[in-house]
Amino acid sequence: MSIGKPISRIEGRDKVTGRARYSGDVMLPGMLYGVIVGAPVAAGRVESVDSAAALAHPGVVRVLTRADMPKFGAIAPPAAVLNLPLQTDEIRHEGEPVAIVLGETIEAAEQGAALVRVTAQAAAPMIAGGRGKPDEPPADWASIMGGNFTKGDVAKGLSSAAQSVRQDYEQPARHHNPMEPSSTTAEWQGDSVTMYDSVQCAYNVPPVVGAALGIPPQNVRVIAPHTGGGFGCKGYVWPHQVLAAAAARIAGRPVRLTLSRSLMYANVGYQAWMRQRVELGAGADGQLTAIRYDGVNATALLDTHFEPSSETAKCLYASPAIATKQMLERVHANLPTAMRAPVEGPGTWAIETAMDELAVALKMDPFDLRLRNYAEVDPHTGKPWSSKKLREAYESAARRFGWRERHARPKRDGDFVIGNGMATATMGCFRWAGGARVRLKDDGTAVVETGTHDIGTGTLTVFTQIAADALGLSVDRVAIQWGDTRLPQASPVYGSSATMTNGSAVLLAAREARAKLDKLVPGVKDHGAAMRKAGVSDIVGEATFKLPKDLPFNADGADTPYAMRTWGAVFVEIGVDPDFGILRLRRVVGSYSAGRIINPKTARSQLTGGIIWEWGKATMEESVQEPTHGRWLAKNLSNVAIPVNADIPTSIDVDFVEEYDEHASALGARGIGELAATGVAAAIGNAVYDAVGVRVRSLPILPWKILQRAM
Amino acid sequence: MNTFEYLRAASMQEAIQQAASPDAQYIAGGTELLNWMRLHIVEPARLVDIGFVPDQAQIARSGTDLFIGSLATLNDVGNHELVASHARTLGQACLKAASPQIRNRATLGGNVLQKTRCAYFRSEAPVPWPCNKRSPGSGCAALKGVNERHAILGWTDACVAVHPSDPLVALACLDGRAEVIGPKGRRNIEMTGFHLSQEEARAEHAKLAPRLHEAQVESRLAPQEVIVSYRIPIAEGERSAYVKVRERDSYEYALVSAAAALRLVDGKIDRVRIALGSVAQRPWRLTAAEKALQGATPTKQSVLPAILKALEPARPLEHNRYKVTLAANAAARAIVLAAGERP
Amino acid sequence: MPNPLSRREFIQAGSVVVGALSATAEAAAPESASATTRTRANIKVNGTVHAADLEARVTLLDYLHDRLGLTGTRKGCNEGACGTCTVLIDGKRMNACLTLAAQCNGREVTTVEGLAQGDKLHPVQQAFIDHDAFQCGYCTSGQIVSAVACIEEGHTGSEAEVREWMSGNLCRCSCYPQITAAVLDAAQRVKQSSKDGQA
Repeated sequence: MSIGKPISRIEGRDKVTGRARYSGDVMLPGMLYGVIVGAPVAAGRVESVDSAAALAHPGVVRVLTRADMPKFGAIAPPAAVLNLPLQTDEIRHEGEPVAIVLGETIEAAEQGAALVRVTAQAAAPMIAGGRGKPDEPPADWASIMGGNFTKGDVAKGLSSAAQSVRQDYEQPARHHNPMEPSSTTAEWQGDSVTMYDSVQCAYNVPPVVGAALGIPPQNVRVIAPHTGGGFGCKGYVWPHQVLAAAAARIAGRPVRLTLSRSLMYANVGYQAWMRQRVELGAGADGQLTAIRYDGVNATALLDTHFEPSSETAKCLYASPAIATKQMLERVHANLPTAMRAPVEGPGTWAIETAMDELAVALKMDPFDLRLRNYAEVDPHTGKPWSSKKLREAYESAARRFGWRERHARPKRDGDFVIGNGMATATMGCFRWAGGARVRLKDDGTAVVETGTHDIGTGTLTVFTQIAADALGLSVDRVAIQWGDTRLPQASPVYGSSATMTNGSAVLLAAREARAKLDKLVPGVKDHGAAMRKAGVSDIVGEATFKLPKDLPFNADGADTPYAMRTWGAVFVEIGVDPDFGILRLRRVVGSYSAGRIINPKTARSQLTGGIIWEWGKATMEESVQEPTHGRWLAKNLSNVAIPVNADIPTSIDVDFVEEYDEHASALGARGIGELAATGVAAAIGNAVYDAVGVRVRSLPILPWKILQRAM
Repeated sequence: MNTFEYLRAASMQEAIQQAASPDAQYIAGGTELLNWMRLHIVEPARLVDIGFVPDQAQIARSGTDLFIGSLATLNDVGNHELVASHARTLGQACLKAASPQIRNRATLGGNVLQKTRCAYFRSEAPVPWPCNKRSPGSGCAALKGVNERHAILGWTDACVAVHPSDPLVALACLDGRAEVIGPKGRRNIEMTGFHLSQEEARAEHAKLAPRLHEAQVESRLAPQEVIVSYRIPIAEGERSAYVKVRERDSYEYALVSAAAALRLVDGKIDRVRIALGSVAQRPWRLTAAEKALQGATPTKQSVLPAILKALEPARPLEHNRYKVTLAANAAARAIVLAAGERP
Repeated sequence: MPNPLSRREFIQAGSVVVGALSATAEAAAPESASATTRTRANIKVNGTVHAADLEARVTLLDYLHDRLGLTGTRKGCNEGACGTCTVLIDGKRMNACLTLAAQCNGREVTTVEGLAQGDKLHPVQQAFIDHDAFQCGYCTSGQIVSAVACIEEGHTGSEAEVREWMSGNLCRCSCYPQITAAVLDAAQRVKQSSKDGQA
């Protein structure tokens, strides 16, 4: 039985020897290197693109401009940007592609790109931060999540409260910055194209590229070996992917279009600026009387990304009255997108900070305030939870942290003042339909065939374990083929959904294969010998994990009798050096209710990774949209900070509550990829308040924000 | 990156001759230069590689000085016992700089010549906003822009950048001097006067570098000149320390930094030297505080008032007023740490 | 035993890469490029000497990855801010993107591909597997090469020392605690095996 065992990643050898391939490692004969040239201003019109100097540079082969591009066909989601570049002179954001330089070498292509002269007429850009053009969220999106909601009488609840809090919580734009910059290599054969791509869902690409370039989607094959991190920015289809295919078709040679780190900033999405206004009212006993939530996120001028963080206000705590409303603001920036822990990442930052402020106003222990308002059923729909073991998670984490004993511990450690903070973590359950094939072979092995991806979450190992157990084989007898659209369509590797959905498909397919084997030769141990004896070379099981109403997507258990969500409790201990306003992480304890855990080793890494993600968000990450010029002030990793090893103590203690959720998936699992990247930012802010009495409501908590209060 | 001619020098003298063309640059470690070239900050037609010149990385005691060859890497310097004994603030500054990988290539000679980290300056080409260093005469976007990390001292409306080097601050604190050779021969430059603030550049650039905009004049090094070594006077019985304040615990530039070297007699400060980093385009010696602190107890409470007074001339920008407090606290912390070190 | 369909294609393409690409480059470049923008360097990579004849502006990273087809060393930021491209040059860890291939004349470069001895993984590589010190794997080559040097330098005396001296390698999936544990463990194994070697 391998499910539940901490098996090492099966692709480990490839990764530690450098043999694992990423799409930018692919070399094709005759390949050209493509480098994007972006618009130099955030708003206005392109007047001219002068390629003469670029073309004169040795090694530059072509400079593709708008005149070279076909008129792209209309595209739809899962395309991110629907208004593709190189189709109009109008500039929608800084860095929007206006040319593609093709060179024999990367050096020639990059220098060529620097030599392209773009002249533009600049207009004043609208900048994110409350100064953009207000807009309503899209109705189709809001009907699933983030729609305006009212329950009970919020005004009355607030006015009758013994204590209330009303604050704005802000977070800046932040980029995903996976270590692998996106890279697409396209090679045509007639009207068919093979794309090697760094993606989280290869199946998203063919319909978009097909529609844009006027070819049937089945003519687009996407091969995605390993993907070097995505966190959401490689989920939907971005313009550069279409442009890579278009460039290769025009040039008549394969084109590798890798986004440099700098080009990542304006060519793929990021999490947008958000402001969330939270009002909480409670009786003297801490029972919530009302929750009001008002949120706004920035999006691009024409294209839309909506961050439905109000869902957090609807699900976290029992309250007789809840009202939520969300808006967009349109600005001259490239399109944002989902980022690891969308919705609840921002949502818990706001709600869990507000709850802490309420606890202070009530003179109540913040943990007790959470317990007092525990939601036994979904406050939004009134439905029972499919499974919720948050109480156990609270208890386990608080005990291991020593929350109740914190006041007995020293308040100082050398130059540092110590603070403690806590928060609830939560993530909704996204599910997509996905399929798999499991093949028993007459050599005694089996193969899982599904077009899933390895973005670092451990899917390959987890699916192997699932199949092995269902087939009654040891893990080392099961192989997996992945990362190719020619394989059965898998569900995407985002939304913490892959194990739940595609894992379930693997389980069902393996069971079917096993059942067929048992029909052939009941109760056999050595299926290889049995199959050879019977003259059968392959036994195949196929399955899809279907969703309610056979829809492709399901959020939070919609159309089922249950509300589905994952939960956690996180406690942090930080140090603040009051002379400098710097923060250091000392200890984190988390406990999570996420259903059945298939592989505790990979799952643990997901949790610590999520916690570290939030440390970066809370204490250092910010992509500044320069206020006058509208472009990203820094498009690199030297002026944009993400955590380093020295920031992170090894004392991150996480555990799972033993749980089996029979409603969420055939495995009993829910999702864990993003859960730990919720709540932590608020816990950190709460700990800062505990340490030095400074409440920072605008991330990141940088030294001057602490010093300025103390000054 | 543009194409260029690449020459390897067998000696510093040969290098000077090879660098005689106006578009030539020296490359040693290359950890700064290659990024400048990728950003088109410079586009040299010829690179003269001095990284293969032998015997340029020695660290030794030379009379009353600590001698450091200019090709000594930051890790070489930071890990050396002579530096730990006689110039501890410099060793600490070296080891707090950059990353281990960069420190294995970055030389002490090159490090002091690094350029500002100002995000407006470090933009990819074409530079979309005013920057007098990148496009002379265009203005300074940081002056009224996003300037949390910029200067509080010595700036002008032409440029508000700070110098980001850590070792430079320590060298200035310890009154180190650079030995420099060029076509006109050999000379020494005191590290306290190696770089210019923008105010100094405004006053002197016409004489120093008439073809450059004042914002582009950052040091007194003449074209083709190259640093060959440093000498740091050994102050027997002194202790020193380096404090680097940054929001990330490693591999990041300073918000502010401070180097302090002091001699204690009967537990009181007999002599102290304090240099601040990342507050100006040059290291900033707090000479007024150095005088006032004679006889003071090396505690934060005791030293802070004099340091704050020495910082009264500071002229913060819209978003960096916090740097005055931060710099003062960093200087005080450096003094306290130095006092706690063994002499 | 992972076995993606695409592997054979990669290997076939990979075996063509060095010849095809450099031939193309030489064919395209000669007349228009000034001869003096090219240079030569003899670089030993993982034990094999390569006579490089290339434009001086080619970085060691692009030389290793695209010209030699040693794709284990990868590009994360191309400005020395992430450490993904860490290699050893004469045994010292350095960022390949901050080094011109030309600057490696006469030097020995070790990449991640040069660490294992046949099928036998280097203790650092094995420790990374055991401690789950990677997720997406993109930064892993750089982490491992950096760790090999970190141990050799003697910077593994404590957890805090390892965290500081491994901070030149960013990891966004964020395996830092596991990486630290792997490095500490590997340091013990290396110390043990050198003791065994001396016995």
